[in-house]
Amino acid sequence: MIVNLSRRGLLGGLAAGGLVLGIGLPRSEAQQAGFGADGMPNGWRDDPRLFIAIAEDGIVTVTCHRQEMGQGVRTSIPMVIAEELEADWSKVRVTQADGDEGRFGNQDTDGSRSLRHFFMPMRRAGAAARTMLEAAAAKQWGVPVAEVRAANHQVVHEGSGRTLGYGALAKAAADMPVPDRATVRLKDPANFRLIGKEGTELLDNRDITTGKAIYGIDARTEGMLYAVVARPPVFGGKVTSFDAAETMKVPGVVKVVAIDAPAIPSEFQPLGGIAVIARNTWAAMQGRDKLKIAWNDGPHAVYSSDTYRAQLQEAARKPGKVVRNAGDVDRAMAGAAKRVEAEYYIPHLAQTPLEPPAALVRIADGRCEAWACTQAPQATRTRLAQRLNMPEDKVTVHVTLLGGGFGRKSKPDFVLEAGLCSQAMDGAPVKMTWTREDDLHHGYYHTVSVERIEAGLDAAGKPVAWLHRSVAPTIGSIFAPDPKHELPLELGMGLVNTPFLIPNIRMENPEAQAHARIGWFRSVSNIPHAFAIQSFVAELAHAAGKDPKDYLLELIGAPRVVDPTTLGDVWNHGEDPKRYPIDTGRLRRVIETAATGIGWGRVMPQGSGLGIAGHYSFVSYVAAAVEVKMGSRGEISFPRVDIAIDCGPQVNPERIRSQMEGAVVMGTGLALSAEVSFKDGRVQQNNFDAYELTRIDSAPREIHVHLLPSRDYNQPLGGVGEPGVPPVAPAIANAVFAASGKRIRQLPIRDQVTT
Amino acid sequence: MTTLTINGTERRFEGDPEMPLLWFLRDELGLTGTKFGCGQALCGACTVHVDGNAVRACQTPVSAIDGAKVTTIEGLSPDGDHPVQVAWRTLNVAQCGYCQTGQIMQAAALLKDIPDPSDDDIDTAMSGNLCRCGTYPRIRAAIKQAAKGGRP
Repeated sequence: MIVNLSRRGLLGGLAAGGLVLGIGLPRSEAQQAGFGADGMPNGWRDDPRLFIAIAEDGIVTVTCHRQEMGQGVRTSIPMVIAEELEADWSKVRVTQADGDEGRFGNQDTDGSRSLRHFFMPMRRAGAAARTMLEAAAAKQWGVPVAEVRAANHQVVHEGSGRTLGYGALAKAAADMPVPDRATVRLKDPANFRLIGKEGTELLDNRDITTGKAIYGIDARTEGMLYAVVARPPVFGGKVTSFDAAETMKVPGVVKVVAIDAPAIPSEFQPLGGIAVIARNTWAAMQGRDKLKIAWNDGPHAVYSSDTYRAQLQEAARKPGKVVRNAGDVDRAMAGAAKRVEAEYYIPHLAQTPLEPPAALVRIADGRCEAWACTQAPQATRTRLAQRLNMPEDKVTVHVTLLGGGFGRKSKPDFVLEAGLCSQAMDGAPVKMTWTREDDLHHGYYHTVSVERIEAGLDAAGKPVAWLHRSVAPTIGSIFAPDPKHELPLELGMGLVNTPFLIPNIRMENPEAQAHARIGWFRSVSNIPHAFAIQSFVAELAHAAGKDPKDYLLELIGAPRVVDPTTLGDVWNHGEDPKRYPIDTGRLRRVIETAATGIGWGRVMPQGSGLGIAGHYSFVSYVAAAVEVKMGSRGEISFPRVDIAIDCGPQVNPERIRSQMEGAVVMGTGLALSAEVSFKDGRVQQNNFDAYELTRIDSAPREIHVHLLPSRDYNQPLGGVGEPGVPPVAPAIANAVFAASGKRIRQLPIRDQVTT
Repeated sequence: MTTLTINGTERRFEGDPEMPLLWFLRDELGLTGTKFGCGQALCGACTVHVDGNAVRACQTPVSAIDGAKVTTIEGLSPDGDHPVQVAWRTLNVAQCGYCQTGQIMQAAALLKDIPDPSDDDIDTAMSGNLCRCGTYPRIRAAIKQAAKGGRP
C-alpha cells in the first residue's frame, strides 16, 4: 500500500531491536573516545542488533541511519559493516532507518561527517555480529571459539574443515550475547577487502536506473491528497486577507487551509500562507494560481541586493569585531613596501536539489507518519510532534532517498506543511510538493558576502601584514533574534583557520543583518572565504611578479602541524581541536598534485590560462587546477580540471571521485552563472532559465580526480561531500585572469569577460 | 476523453485536458519514475518517449497527444537492461539519482537517432537535462559505452 522501505521480510536472524548498548550508562562510559559523534546530540550506537539483520537465506540487511543524497552513504556504511562482518557483498542489502536518534544515535546528515563519526561504531557493529556468528557455530560444533573463524559469509572450523553459512547460523547467532565492545576484535586494515577498494557497485543502482527508487516526492498511499502552498513573497510577510472562491471552483480542489506565519526567528517552521489541497498536484497548482491574497510584506520588503551590497561594502571598509589577531597589523601595514587591497562579492545561492522539497504525512489512530526526503529525520520528528501537538513517540519519520540535499533538506519546514495539511484534513494523507519557483522564492539561502582583504608586502613581495574583513548575514539568524555576526562555525570555515605564515594577521567580522532565511549550502561559508583568500593570493603573486602556485605554497610555508585553536578557531567541528590539527604538508601535497596533473607551467596559447586554489575544510584538503579557454567573444570553456583530495583514509574511492567530479561541476555553476538576487524583498529568479546551473555542454570536458592515498585508519576520515566545492571557483577566476588579464572579484562571472 | 498507450497498456484520461502528462503519469498512474524538477521544460527530469521521441512530460498536455504511444522509464526495457541502463550502472553514473531516469530516457532517444554520437551530438541532445549533482562526465562516458554495445 505504502512505499515499503524494508524490502524483504526478515526470517528471524539477528533481529533489529532489543537492548541498545550504552543507554543508561554514564556518557563517559557509554561513549568511547575516537573520531566519533560524541559532540553530537545523541552520540552514536554500535549495537549490531540495531544495524544488522541476517535472514535465513543468508541475506544481510544493513540499516543505514545516515541519509542518502548522492554522496553514497547507503553503500559506504554497508561496506564498512560487511568488511568486519566478513559478508559476501553480493548478499548485502540496505534499508533506511526511521528518524529515531534515541535508538540509532545522531542521524543529522550534514557537515560531511557520516564516515568520520560512524566508521568506528559501524566497524565495531560488524565485528560484534561476526563474533556472534562465530560463537554460534562454535557452540553448535562443540568446539572452542578460538578454533573457528568467519570468512566469506560462512564460519569455518579450522581443524575439521566444517562450515556453516550465515543464513544457517542467523537464528542461533541472534541468541548469543552481544560482545563487549572492548573485546571486539577489529580487522587489520591490511586485510580489508572492501574498505578503500575499487569495484563496489552502488546498492541503489538498479532501482535508480529503472525508476523504482523512491524519493520524498514519490511516496504514495491510498486516498492520498496533494497540496501546494502560496507563501508570503517576502520573508516575514503575512496574509492580510484572502479569497479562495475561484480556487474552490477548480475541479479536484478539496480544501484551502491557512498556515500561520511563524514567529521570527522562524528556525524550521513553515513560512505561513495558504495551502491548496486537491486530488492531484496539477489541480492544486491550478487552484493556487486562482487565489486572491493580500499580503503584508513586513520589514524585509526593503531588501534589495544592489543596495544591500553597498551596505556590506561600507561595513567592510570600517573596523569590525576582531575574530583573530596576531602581531601588529597596523604597524606592519604602515611599514610595508607595497599595499594591495581587493573586495570580493559572492551572492546568495539556492541549493536547488533537483527533487524539490516534498513530503507525505498522514495521521491516523493517534499516530502521525511522515515520508520525507530529509537530511535531519530526528529534527523533523521533533518539530512535527511540536507543531502537531502530538507526543514525539507517536510520530514516525520514514526517510526516503533524497533527490539531492546540499543543505536545503536539513530544514523540515516542508514536512511540517504536509503535517498541518493532513491535520486540517482530519489526518488524511497529504503530499506536499514545492514547485521550483517555490524552492527559489522561499529557500534557506547561502549567505551573501563581501570579503575585503588588504595586505602589506615587503620589498621581496612577501606579505608582512594581512587584514581580512568578512561581512555576511549569518545562519544564526534563523535561530536567534537578529544576530549580526558570523557564528564560530562560519568563522571556522576557512576564515580564521587559514594556515598562512604571515607574522601580522587580523581578521574582522563587521555587522550584517539578515533579510531572508540563511541556511547551509554545500560547504557553507567556505565558499566566500576560499574564493576571496585564494583569489587574493593570486593577486598578490601577480603584484610580486611571482608564479601563483609557488606563491601560494610559500604562504602556506613548510610542512607543519597547526593546532587550530592557535588560529582562533573555537569551533573545529564541535570536537576537541586536538583531534583535527591542520597539516600544512597535506595542503601542500594536494596543491602540488593538482598542479602536476594539469601540467602547471606549460606554455599556454593565447586566450587560455591555468588557475589554481587549495582549501582545507571538513577535515579534508582539496586543491583544484583549472584550464580555461576563452572563445572569440570571451566565452569561457574548460578543457580540463584536475582536483586532488586528501581526505585521510578512504572507504569507497569510487564515491570520493564522484563527489569530486560533482563538486567541480557545482563549483563551475556558482562561478559562472548561479545567483539569487532580491528586489523589494522578492527573489528575482523564478526557475532554471534565470537561475542558471552548469549543463553538460558548459561543464568541464575532462575532470581528473587525484586521491591522495592514506592507509592509516587511525586517522580521522575527512569529509568528501562538501570540501571539493570551495577551491573550484577561485581556481576558475585565477585561470580566467591568466587567460584574459581580467581579474574576477564578483561571482558569478557571467558576462564580465565577454565582449 | 483521451486515450494513450503507456508502456504497452491502454490508458484513458478524463480529467482536465490541460493537465500535463507528467501528473497523469505520477499522480494518477503511480508511475513515479518520471520526475518533477521544474515544470517548465527547463531541466529534463520528466523526459519520456512519445511515439519514440524524447519529450518533456511537464509541458505536454495529455489532450495534445491523444492516441500516442508513451514509454516511461518503467517501460524502457522489460528487465531494466537496456544498454543505456547497463552502462549507467557499470559506470556508477548516478549520485542522488533523481535526474537519471530523465537522462536515461534522453540518452536512449539520442542513441536511437544517432547510434554513435560525437561529443557535440551528446552536448546537443543532453544539454536540456540538468544534473545538480554534476554527473555529466559519467553521463558522457556512459552514452559512449552504450553506443559501443556496452563494451568499455
